[in-house]
This record gives sequence, C-alpha cells and structure tokens, in this order.
Amino acid sequence: MTDTRKITVTVNGERLTGAAEPRMLLVDFLRDELRRTGTHVGCEHGVCGACTVIIDGDAARSCLMFAVQADGAEISTIEGLAANGEMHPLQKLFSEHHALQCGFCTPGMLMTAMDLVHNSKDHSPEAIRTGMSAALCRCTGYVGIIEAVTEYARQVHGDAAVADRDSGENSHG
Amino acid sequence: MGMKPVRFDHLLPSTLEEALSMLAEHAPDARPLAGGQSLVPMMNFRLARPTVLVDLNKIPELAYIRDAGDHLAIGAMTRERAIENSDLVRAASPLLHDATLNIAHLPIRSRGTIGGSISNADPAAEYPATVLALDATLVARSVRGAREIPAAAFFDGVMTTTLEPDEILAEIRVPKAPPGSGGAFVEIARRHGDFALAGVAAQINLDGEAVTDIRLAACGVGPGPIRLTAAEDILRAGGLTDAALAEAGRAAAEAADPEGDVHATAAYRRKLAGVMTRRAVKKAAGRARKTV
Repeated sequence: MTDTRKITVTVNGERLTGAAEPRMLLVDFLRDELRRTGTHVGCEHGVCGACTVIIDGDAARSCLMFAVQADGAEISTIEGLAANGEMHPLQKLFSEHHALQCGFCTPGMLMTAMDLVHNSKDHSPEAIRTGMSAALCRCTGYVGIIEAVTEYARQVHGDAAVADRDSGENSHG
Repeated sequence: MGMKPVRFDHLLPSTLEEALSMLAEHAPDARPLAGGQSLVPMMNFRLARPTVLVDLNKIPELAYIRDAGDHLAIGAMTRERAIENSDLVRAASPLLHDATLNIAHLPIRSRGTIGGSISNADPAAEYPATVLALDATLVARSVRGAREIPAAAFFDGVMTTTLEPDEILAEIRVPKAPPGSGGAFVEIARRHGDFALAGVAAQINLDGEAVTDIRLAACGVGPGPIRLTAAEDILRAGGLTDAALAEAGRAAAEAADPEGDVHATAAYRRKLAGVMTRRAVKKAAGRARKTV
C-alpha cells in the first residue's frame, strides 16, 4: 500500500502535475516524474550542488527537499534559461570562458550563479568566489567559472559592483 | 527511480497548535522537519529513519525576527538566509550575523533554519556555540505548555538536547549587544562551507581596555558546544594583553575535548581551539572599540 500524492509545481512558468510518495526527493520528481532531466543529481546529500534549482526565488538543493514539500512552488531550472533558441547571457559566458568540460555540474553552477548575481548584494571577487564554492566542479579548476560569473555580474550590475575592495577588517592574528 | 529514505508519513500542519498535537500523538516515532538540511541527508543515507515527519515549513507564525526591547525574538523556522539579510540582526547581534555567514553555503542557508540547526545540535555546527556565547534563551513548546531553557542547559552531548520528544524549539531570544560590546565568530574549515574543524564565538564588553564581560564558546572540538570559562576568566582578569591572550588560548585548547577523524587529528583540533579563541577575541574586541 503506497501513499502516493498528487503534486503540482510550476517549472519555468509551466504548470506540471505528477505523483510522488512522501519520500521522493524533489530532484527525482523533476527528473523521473516530470521528465525535466536538465537538473542533475550528484551526491544526494547536499554537498556537490549539481541539483541546485531556484525555489520560490532562492537557490536550494533539490536533493534536500521532498517533492511533497514543493507542492505549489515556483521552480526555475536550467531548462528555463535559454529563450527563443538563444542561450541565456550567462550560458554564453560559460561557453566563452570555457567554464565547463564534462558539463555535469553546469546546471547547478548556472542556477547557483543566477541566485548569487541577481539576489545577493555583494559581487566583489571574494563574494563571487565564496558564493560559487556552493557547487563542486571536478574538471575545470574553477577559473573559467569564476571569470564567467564575474563577467555576468559586471553585465548586470556594472564595473563598480565587481571591483576588488578591502574588507577593512583583518581577522587574523 | 530514486527512493533513498525509508517510507514515512508526511504531516503538514499550518499552525503551531496543530503541529504540537501531531507531535504529541506520534512521539517518539515522529520527528519535526525544519529546513531539512541535516535531517534529509541523514534520511537519504538511512542513518535516520523517522516513520512520521511533522513538517514545520508551512507554519508562518514560526518565521519572524522581532525587536522585543532588550532582546531579539527569532522564530525557530526563520531561514538562515533571512537572518543573514536582516539589518536588525546585523545591528543588534553582530555575533549572530557573523555566525550565520559561516554556515555552509547560500543555497543551504535558503532552507536551513535557526531552530533546526540548534535542535539538531551537531557538535560542529555554528549556532549551538553561538547561542551559548550569546546567553540566549530557547523557548520550547508542546501541548503541555511553554518552557524557557537557558542555552547552557539545552545541549546534552552529540546531537542530543534536553527537548522532550513532544517538544519543539519555537523561539530563540537573543540579548541585544549593549554599547561598548562586540561579537565575532571565526572558524577554520578545510574548504569554505564545510563543517568547521574548530570555531569560536566571542561576545565581549569593554570599558576602555578593561574586559567587563566576556563569553566564549567553541564548536567542532567536543561532543557539543563548549563554553570556554577558563579562557574567559583569564581575559577578564588580565585584559587583552598579548600575554593574557596567549594564556587564554592555552586554556581554550585545554578545555577542548576533540576527537580525531579523517579531516584532522585530535591534537590539531585542540591547537586550533586556542588559535580560534585568540582570533575571535581580537575581532570581537576590535568591534567593541568601534561602538564606543
């Protein structure tokens, strides 16, 4: 006797309904039930960031939420970035800066970066490095990723926003 | 098709009263589900196998940050991200703000809650040590009523608290930092966002260079958060001289009760407890001097 519930979510503006047991993780619901396989599932315990999606405005791990908890939620995934056959500016920058190789981490990297650039106040080099450390990449060495996200922050917020600045507080000693 | 946790029943109360009745009915098999950033991974690994989850995520009355005169009243389901973005918290409790920025990563803080982190009582987590150093009051609720628990009486060993199975942590009361005070949280982790090898929360009051009040607590170096009373006494008596700081660091290292693991040996963690103590005190003192 399986307790299966009807779950409705809005994914990239599209209302979708599927069935989920309470124990089904949101990432598995997106991939297996709704067939939106752009979101990847890596470590399944919140460390790697591959499954990061934007839920009701904030980036979160879809492997650390149950689908039943997302009933009624607005979710943005990598499938919603490109429009009219054109890559999103952030996707273009990832391509230009060689910010991906195998591409497994890229969906989580992009959604992490979207949240960081659009919702955070601080876009200094340190803040971007710290923010992007939320997602793991085993190929690139991160340099291209940081360059791409920094360039995107510059496009969105201007040169001053991404300038290096001294925090003025030395925590060491 | 991926199904990691064992089967459980998911209950979704919309009020605190409803949640407390559900918990009373299903205790001790039920667990409250807060942000899920620690419980869900443990369920994915089947290290935790609750048969009933009482999901607190749709209870608006548990998510708030209120100015309550001499303290801040913070609802247990307030997201860490909301605390990080709160001007009220930044002004009234720089230590709490600092500690929040050290918790994991932004996407984790989007979901993680202050009440969940404190109730989970992970020895390496930032908030348990922070509420000890803040001398916060933790308000537990159950169908039997409300109970105020001093932070010092809340933690009871590795991932264990003095909450009863039918109780939830409902509110955290954080005393406002008075003028002339400073707070800071510092930690060392192998990678940013990992659990700390050692971290220290410091809350300090200065009168000139004299230490009139100081509270220190460490995380990552024992079975729970550790109040560093010997180090506090040394600094209260000796002030912030290099000699007193060095002695306080040694006292903190002695008070630490770490276990070694793949990330760091016990001896290294013990040494870090002393180093983090000195850094946290210096940073907190620097802030205290600026507020005078």
